[in-house]
Amino acid sequence: MLYRETGQFKTSYAADQQIFPLRQDRIGVVATLLVAFIVVPLVANEYWLEAILIPFLVFSLAALGLNILTGYAGQLSLGTAAFMAVGAFGAYNFELRLEWMPILGSFALGGVCAAFVGILFGLPSLRIKGFYLAVATLAAQFFVVWALTHFNWFSNYSASGVITAQRIEIFGFYFLTGQSKYLLVLAIVTLLALAAKNMVRSETGRAWMAVRDFDVAAAVIGIPVMRTKLLAFAVSSFYCGVAGALYAYAYLGTVEPDGFNLDLSFRILFMIIIGGVGSILGSFLGAAFIVLFPILLNRFAEPFANAIGIDLPSGMSSNLELIIFGGLIIFFLAVEPLGLARLWQVAKEKLRLWPFPH
Amino acid sequence: MEQVRNIGEPILVVENVSLAFGGVKALQDVSFDVCEHEVRAIIGPNGAGKSSMLNVVNGVYHPQQGHVTFKGVRRQDMNSHEAASMGIARTFQNIALFRGMTVLDNIMTGRALKMKTNFLQQALWWGPARRDEMQNRHKVEEVIDFLEIQHIRKTPVGRLPYGLQKRVELARALAAEPEVLLLDEPMAGMNLEEKQDMCRYVLDVNDQFGTTIVLIEHDMGVVMDISDRVVVLDYGQKIADGTPDVVRADKKVIDAYLGVTH
Amino acid sequence: MQFFFEVLIGGLLAGIMYSLVALGFVLIYKASGVFNFAQGAMVFFAALTVVGFMEQGAPLPLAIGLCLIVMILLGVATERIVLRPLVNQPQITLFMATIGLAFFVEGLAQGLWGAQVHALDIGIPDTPIESLMDKTGMLISQFDLIAALICAVLVTLLAVFFNKTRIGRALRAVADDHQAALAVGIPLKQIWAIVWAVAGFVALVAGLLWGARNGVQFALTFVALKALPVLILGGFESIAGAIVGGLIVGSSEKLAEVFLGPYVGGGIEGWFAYVVALLFLLVRPQGLFGEKIIERV
Repeated sequence: MLYRETGQFKTSYAADQQIFPLRQDRIGVVATLLVAFIVVPLVANEYWLEAILIPFLVFSLAALGLNILTGYAGQLSLGTAAFMAVGAFGAYNFELRLEWMPILGSFALGGVCAAFVGILFGLPSLRIKGFYLAVATLAAQFFVVWALTHFNWFSNYSASGVITAQRIEIFGFYFLTGQSKYLLVLAIVTLLALAAKNMVRSETGRAWMAVRDFDVAAAVIGIPVMRTKLLAFAVSSFYCGVAGALYAYAYLGTVEPDGFNLDLSFRILFMIIIGGVGSILGSFLGAAFIVLFPILLNRFAEPFANAIGIDLPSGMSSNLELIIFGGLIIFFLAVEPLGLARLWQVAKEKLRLWPFPH
Repeated sequence: MEQVRNIGEPILVVENVSLAFGGVKALQDVSFDVCEHEVRAIIGPNGAGKSSMLNVVNGVYHPQQGHVTFKGVRRQDMNSHEAASMGIARTFQNIALFRGMTVLDNIMTGRALKMKTNFLQQALWWGPARRDEMQNRHKVEEVIDFLEIQHIRKTPVGRLPYGLQKRVELARALAAEPEVLLLDEPMAGMNLEEKQDMCRYVLDVNDQFGTTIVLIEHDMGVVMDISDRVVVLDYGQKIADGTPDVVRADKKVIDAYLGVTH
Repeated sequence: MQFFFEVLIGGLLAGIMYSLVALGFVLIYKASGVFNFAQGAMVFFAALTVVGFMEQGAPLPLAIGLCLIVMILLGVATERIVLRPLVNQPQITLFMATIGLAFFVEGLAQGLWGAQVHALDIGIPDTPIESLMDKTGMLISQFDLIAALICAVLVTLLAVFFNKTRIGRALRAVADDHQAALAVGIPLKQIWAIVWAVAGFVALVAGLLWGARNGVQFALTFVALKALPVLILGGFESIAGAIVGGLIVGSSEKLAEVFLGPYVGGGIEGWFAYVVALLFLLVRPQGLFGEKIIERV
């Protein structure tokens, strides 16, 4: 079966508006999910699960959140890590202070807290645009980290605001192994990604994109610009908040406010630039790239340098990482502003026509 | 074929509107009315304040003085959202499409006010949101059929030629099922054939849906052919108002167009 | 009251240092419409390069001279490699590109000269001015005062450069309208290269002063983050705005830290300026000296 739509006729608008109108794509997605849910937990070792796959999924979710705001609604944010922090500390406090609260409820409420903080710092977007807004989100970044560090209540009076996440327990089952945590994170991320896709393919998403592309025209056609922008901030921050909670509970276990610093915000921004601005798939591709790249660099840079007879000073690979990330950002913005996701799309379009080039 | 249309009472009345940007007076004390179901043209040389007039009517600009009465509601300034929800739709002089979206999505945004589900329902998709989406898609497809742009449904608007973009913009405005349609130079930059097509669409909209049309246009032939009444603006002031024949014969209009010194 | 003035003056002097960094932003923004997030990284790079040359045995003036050449090369390279491929892109894309540039420059600086903290001595003592202390009892650092003077000289030079020279006029023309400037025969690319080189020079001065004060370390890049609220207050296009904004930010955050800080647990210096700038944005989005833009449809 070749990759093309030949013979697949759509007889209803519903069929036409499926997420994957092509049967081949649907098969591919089901296969990917099967591998992710069944094969990977069976074959991957703890290192892969805990150090690569879980952070990959968590960062994908955060990137997805930022992509909703920046890619779809066109509002640049440099405060992603702050919203993640709110989610992590919010979940921690719900779990700590409300005994009856199930853990998933705490994650969701952590996300809701982040959504409110997002709305608060999104308010300036009603008057300002572009990098003026970016500076406003920087205010969120600094303020939130400061508040979490200085008001000890948030961290239950621990030294310098460090919190240790409680164990994840659902109906008496404890998620202690990498395998179980991976499956939990995977399930949450899959559901939220599906919800995001649904939003962006219906009126909500169209309103976001309309405001992004031409706000005056959007207002004239009857889209409430103010509400649309704030909704984007809220939904985006919710996703980032849940990602933050998972970052604390499923990935690191122990986090401090300073861990959610500007550098983390930038890394997530890089994920969407490299992966693809305004693309759900791109959020995943970008996260995979940013998570895997430093690991590969660490593993191969030194042997490679030794092989060609250069002695790399210690710490060089982290500098190389900065240089390469920075260079890649510029490269992608200049050459392929829609990122890896666009390359994937182009490849698919080529495949549709294969073996005829035109 | 001359069709007799029922031109009704004034639906939109502009009274003594003045608008200034800093020291520049874009509009001075302009008044006119638009009757239900008519085709009303606003003409005038460049910089006469035509676009500003439309921007006042649908709430993009806020006049310093004067009132706009629409469907019996009198107010000094509208905001764009109110104007849209009361049934005013609009196209722009420089195409204002959402360039990152497909033709279909662009036109679907025209249904923004008709959508009944909220973002949570839409996040779930199945159920009310899906029904809502399908019903509105159905309406949009009618507009697509009407304007004969089926073949470009899934094309990103940025890739379309100029003439088609203009048509998509008209489609987006029509999708809102407006009572009054404001068209800002719908035929600017088109070749003869495209102009004829566009004229036909505008007249068809007026005929079949009874939509009241206010249009700005530079092509005098077009204006005189399709409009019922014409307002002429010059330097932000109204200098003539009436049927095409009356306006054509008006001395001030001729002077304004031929450039007599003031 | 005396303590109040001491804090105020200290804040104003620190504010001038912020202005100095903000100035680098303004220069580039005026000429190319790019909000250069990498300005902080350039400050760090410049300071580290001077220290690096000095550690190789070069005397201070030679090190500064060599560093100036490096900064000019960096500016020209930026124009070629970053700006030129991105010409006509939306401002926000350029902004993100400069974040990438910041990472690149930071990595390059540390890769070349090492990541440890270096001391930098440019021969100005950081001690209180004795005569002032004797008369009024206020502790004002000599270093701060001299730094402020250097800033003042630099600002005057730049103002003259912008307003009186041919290149300066060309710069302003480019800032107003790229296309029109091209049409009257202004060599756009050269102009941009010059601006980035001048911004590199400003970064060098800022790097020397900040580096001598706080040590040359990675934290220098954060100076740029301090300059952002300054820009919002002053407007992105105004040299005067950068100065006034810097003074406001410097003095208000020092005063807030000393007089408000104790009530909320301290450390508010880090974000106070941002909140001030944010509130200000809500009232006057174009900044103190910026021009209001009327959107046309």
